[in-house]
This record gives sequence, structure tokens and C-alpha cells, in this order.
Amino acid sequence: MLELRKVSKRFGGVVATDRVTLDVAQGEVHALIGPNGAGKTTLIAQISGSLGVDSGEVRFLGEDITRAKQHERVKAGLARSYQITSIFKRFSVLDNLALAVQARSGSSFSFWRPVAAEAALFDEAGSIANEVGLDRRVDAMAGSLAHGEQRALEVGLALATRPKLLLLDEPMAGMGPEESARMIALIGRVRAKVTVLLVEHDMDAVFRLAERITVMVNGRVIATGGPEQIRADAEVRRAYLGDEVVA
Amino acid sequence: MRQASVLAVLACLFPLAMQAMDQQFYISFATRVLIYAMAAASLNLVLGYGGMVSFGHAAFFGAGAYIVGILAMEGVTSAWLAWPAAIVVAALAALIIGAMSLRTRGVYFIMITLAFAQMMYYIFVSLKAYGGDDGLSLPGRSTGFGIDLRGDLVWYYLVLALLAGVLYLLHRLVHSRFGRVIEAIRENETRAAAIGYPVYRYKLLCFVISGAIAGLAGALVANQSVYVSPSLLHWIQSGTLMIMVILGGVGRFWGGPLGAVVLLTLEETLSGSQMLGAYSLYWQLPVGVILLAVVLFAPQGIAGLFSRRRGARA
Repeated sequence: MLELRKVSKRFGGVVATDRVTLDVAQGEVHALIGPNGAGKTTLIAQISGSLGVDSGEVRFLGEDITRAKQHERVKAGLARSYQITSIFKRFSVLDNLALAVQARSGSSFSFWRPVAAEAALFDEAGSIANEVGLDRRVDAMAGSLAHGEQRALEVGLALATRPKLLLLDEPMAGMGPEESARMIALIGRVRAKVTVLLVEHDMDAVFRLAERITVMVNGRVIATGGPEQIRADAEVRRAYLGDEVVA
Repeated sequence: MRQASVLAVLACLFPLAMQAMDQQFYISFATRVLIYAMAAASLNLVLGYGGMVSFGHAAFFGAGAYIVGILAMEGVTSAWLAWPAAIVVAALAALIIGAMSLRTRGVYFIMITLAFAQMMYYIFVSLKAYGGDDGLSLPGRSTGFGIDLRGDLVWYYLVLALLAGVLYLLHRLVHSRFGRVIEAIRENETRAAAIGYPVYRYKLLCFVISGAIAGLAGALVANQSVYVSPSLLHWIQSGTLMIMVILGGVGRFWGGPLGAVVLLTLEETLSGSQMLGAYSLYWQLPVGVILLAVVLFAPQGIAGLFSRRRGARA
């Protein structure tokens, strides 16, 4: 579904992603792990199109999207969430989601008709709120939500674009065990409909959710494989997993 | 809607009351206020709703005014030709300036819009054929509409009707799909792009619509004083429009018009004030204090004081 071929990005002297080759297959949950600074977030930005590639190729659903703009990629079915919560804080939860629904349903170069009259947008926004467990918070200002709720909205915004491939950048960042469990359950529900590329530090979540795992260190992919294979990989253990998994 | 009707009735009765009290001067003053209300409302669209802090809005205002002036010098006095021309030229200027400026953010955007406006200012200063530094006196007001626009009362009502039309258009716009996207981009541009909006296009179109309205206001101000000068494009003019928006309420529907009323009324009363006596020369000082007070204590502006709760939009 998603194919990266030798994708690179250099910031001055720092190589953030170094000839990354990666395949995400239709229907899988594919985890991308690695120590801080490994280039995972840079790679997510390059896949979603907010950051260009210096060299290499990005293909999605068989099409070359290396030079496609971010909004074109969203149209094609590629949506992302952010590691640092990025929502419309002064909009209500429902308005947040309705905006994302609006982006893919009809033209928004519409200047006359009041958007508030478009019941279909808000109906669908409501059902997404339901899906991510925010159905009782639809009228709350997004900025006033608890951290875990904001993270759920973060994922909801990406889901509202109706993606085929969902890029989740550390959805459990800063979450307690209870909130994490809720997020794991949410991803578990979503995976039935959507392919997921999951960047995450929570190894418990990764090994529970992922069918395949890719490990990045210093901008490079050092291993790809099933959870057992990754757990057993000597180089991965030395570079990243270390005692955490062994213990 | 009720607020709007009350304001409309007041605006309609004002000149009649002034005429009854034999204070014709205030009809002309009020017309000027209405024109600046339109210009400030156009700036509020980009600044308040779109979050684009344009420090060069006078460029579009002045361009609109100069088009009417130059066309009048060339014998084209019909409002049906000159005013649309002013709107189109201002929109084109906004398209060109916006297309380049909107590639920058934050302080860079403020500075580059300022720089473009000052460039336009110097272009008009150097147009010796059209008055250069001294400006350009028009042979008279535009013609058209089958009426004589020279009368203060007729002119007032025409400007009022145009302002009402523009405000209605803006009201529809900010509540439409497009308006929602513009506000979303102001709130979080990165996220707006990530949910699939081509952000740059929306911002540019918003900038052009705003420039076009400022151009119409410029066409009106040229007719108001029957005179245009480069000072209409000077950065101080951009700053004045910005002060109006901040006073009135950034991103508040009535922010622009309210700011224009308050600032111009303060200027009018303070600069001729008996109380201040010889110090009335320094009328800008109390205005500055008021501006500071608004920024510190009423960041939603005067319009914000009227709405019952935060987030409620008139």
C-alpha cells in the first residue's frame, strides 16, 4: 500500500532520514520504533507531505506521490496525527471534527451558504466523536479537554478525513496506563477499517498491536519483521530494545 | 440581526437629525466614518478572521482611490466604470502582493506587506503626471446612479448603502464553509493542512477579497474629499486601520466598523477640544492611552465588551 524507496532528508549536516526503504501492506498495523532522534517523526512528515524528500521515492496505492502536495495526499487517503497535540483549541469538539469532514465533502470555496445549516457535516462529525469516545464532550471547547481526550480528538481529526492509511505519531505520548489502554482499544477498533503506521515508544502497545515492526536508528532502518523476529534480533536489542524487553 | 437593525436605523436617522440641528458638517464627518468602517472591516477579514497581520492594507485602499482619481483626470467620471476598476486593480494588487507575502509567516509577513505598501507609496509619489507628492484634486465626484452625488445627504446614503451591502456580504462569508476554513487556518495552520486544506490558496483568496473591499473603500474616500494623495498609501494609514480593528475587536464581526467610529470620533473631539486647549495638538496621546487600556483590559476589543460570553460571535 505504502512503499518508500531510499527516502532521505538532510537538515544541514544532520541526516534525519537516510535511504529509508519501507513497505506497509494493506490491512496491517505496522509499528515504527526507534530511540529518540532516530528520524521517525521526520519520516512521518515526509510520508504525509509536509516535508519534502531530498532523494528517494514515495508510492501510495501504486501511485508515485513523491512530489504530491499534502492536501492531495489527504485526498488520496493518507492522514496523520501529531506527537504534540495539534487541534483547533478554540473550536468545539464537534466543530473540530466537522471541519475535517468538510475538507473531503464538497468544495469549501463556498462563500454564501451558512455552514451551520449543513446537518450532514455535523452528523458525521458526531459519529466520529462517538467512535473515539468523545460523544459526551462534543460541545466542549477542544482546549478545555483533558490530555487523554485531546489525544483522542487528535486521532479523531485524522479519522474524519476517512483515510486508507493512518499515520499515528506517538498517540500514547504523555498518557497514563488507563488512557493508554483506551487508546490501544481505539486503535484495535480502527484497524478493521484502516491500515495503520504506528510510531510509538510504549513497547507494550507496540507488541500488542503490531503485525510487523520496523526499527529505525540514526535515520536508518536496521530491521523489519514480525514481533518475534524483532524481539530476537541481536542488533535491535543492542541499539534500542536493550534490557527493557529482556527483563 | 437585531443589533444590525438598530444600527441601520440609527445610521439612517443621523443625518436627518444633524440637518434639523443645522450641523451639516457632521454629515460629511459621518460619511468619512462609514468609509473607514468599510476599510477597517476589510482589514479585519484578513487580520481578525484569517490571522494574517497585514501591515500594508493602505496600499489597496490608496490604489482604489488613485484609480478613481486618475480615471477622473482622464475624463472617465462614471462610477459604473471607475469604481469597479478601483476594485479590480486593488484585488490585482492584493493578488500579487499576497502571492509573495503569504509564503512568509509571522513578523516576516508583517514586514513584507509593509515593504510592498511603502513601495506602492513611492510609486505614487513619483507619478508627477498625477500630482506626485502634492496629490491630485479631482474635477468632481463620480457620476452615475442617475443622481447628483454632490449633495452631502445623497452621498451619505449611497455610502451607507454600500457599507451595508459589504457588511452583509462579509457576514455571509465568515459564516460560510470558506469562513470556517479561514478561521481554522488562523487557529492552527499545520492542522488545517493536515486534514486536507490547501492552506495557501484559502489565505490568498481571503487576502484578495479583503483587498478588493479596501479598493472600494478607497474609491469612496477619493470621492469623499474630491482629492487623493500618496498619504492614503502611507504606512501610517495602514497603522490607523490596524488601530481601528484592534480598538473595535480583532476577529469580531463589528470590530472594524466600531473601531472606525470610536477612533475617528476621538480624533474629531480631542483635536478640537476646548478642555485640552493648546494641548489638543497632542490628541493622539489620550488615544494611545485608550488603545493601551483596550489591549490590556479588553483584548476582544469594544465589540467583545458587548457580547455576553467569550466565544460568542455577533
